Amino acid sequence: MTNFSLDSSPSVVLELTLRLKIRDVMTTQLITAEKKDSLRHIQQLMKVNRITGVPIVEGKRLVGLISVDDIIQALDGGFIEEACEGRMSRQLIVLEDDMPLSLGISYFEKYHFGRFPVLNKDSELVGIVSSRDILTGLLVEMNKEMEQLEEKLSPQKEVGTTIYSREFSLHKFDFEHAGTASGTIKMELKEKGLDPKTLRRVAVASYEMEMNLIVHSLGGTLKVTHMPRQTVLEARDVGPGIEDLEKALTEGWSTANDWIRSLGFGAGMGLPNIKRVSDDFHIESEVGKGTLVRSVIRHPELGGEV
Amino acid sequence: MKLSEIAEKLGWKKLGGGDSALDIGQGFTSDLLSDVMGNAPADSVFITIQAHKNTVAVASLAGLAAIVLCSNRLAPPDMLEAAKQEDIPVYQTAENQFWASYHLGRLLDLP
Repeated sequence: MTNFSLDSSPSVVLELTLRLKIRDVMTTQLITAEKKDSLRHIQQLMKVNRITGVPIVEGKRLVGLISVDDIIQALDGGFIEEACEGRMSRQLIVLEDDMPLSLGISYFEKYHFGRFPVLNKDSELVGIVSSRDILTGLLVEMNKEMEQLEEKLSPQKEVGTTIYSREFSLHKFDFEHAGTASGTIKMELKEKGLDPKTLRRVAVASYEMEMNLIVHSLGGTLKVTHMPRQTVLEARDVGPGIEDLEKALTEGWSTANDWIRSLGFGAGMGLPNIKRVSDDFHIESEVGKGTLVRSVIRHPELGGEV
Repeated sequence: MKLSEIAEKLGWKKLGGGDSALDIGQGFTSDLLSDVMGNAPADSVFITIQAHKNTVAVASLAGLAAIVLCSNRLAPPDMLEAAKQEDIPVYQTAENQFWASYHLGRLLDLP
């Protein structure tokens, strides 16, 4: 899936929406107001800056939003001189700057708002994103991508005894597609006749690698190489790297945040699970560089040595 | 015991996806997906409150027979879509994980 070809150029756009983050396209020059500011003041802000929504803040914290609809209502209802505090929307749908662009696009489809405030990990307002920002961001990146695409069209190398090999690219926080890579690997190896017990070990290892890439890495690839006597899984990412490998291999130890944990991930069993189902397990990591995890699962029923 | 029979006796409501004629011998209760992935026995019923698409992915990869969502958690449409594709039945119960597990264990006469 990472090997681009002209035949799959639409997938380049999809890749892009997954690889780009909200922070890559959002507007960071924020026009904000405070709770005590009048709606009239905010109307002026909108007019001067040609914008249709103004976040209301307390310091760096987002407390509300006034949209152009609110202003129209204020003009209509005769309360345009009032402080915005009593009229602002408080129940806000926000995006996190680290989320993939694809999620932002789905929010626009889902909620029909003109813009979303963007918060960072510390819940501080860091930007605002409109559908226009997303389109512009995509077009700029697409241009760059097209240039790189041409360079990537070189033919692939053949590998000796490999029966089947495939590489998937995984993106940070892409829960939409989580499980797709390991699901595909399981299905295709089942078709190759791998016995159910071995298949389950491959499924466990590939799923945990996939989730690690999605939850913890900045993005990377999962490669499966299926040979007659063994299956090799390799997860390679571009960072952030693991500070303490010994801890990372300890059951129950996890660096996942609350949001990740609320989804049922971050149990601290990913790497231990992979190690347990592997005949050979290898991990190397450098902070700031990235991590490589390799798992070899032999096929006893096909004569692979255990 | 057949999954459909268990569901009927314990008052689980079927939300969608998959074959209910499977024979069930045990269950596994957890809300941590890696715990399930690493420890759930194949063909067991997965009792949880994690009502999302990734739950189906885990059930499918770990070869589990069904998912039971506790405390009346609702399954989002994309979860049911995935359940249909992966052929994993999804049930819902008003009971929490403790009581759902207890009643399943008792029904299956587990020691």
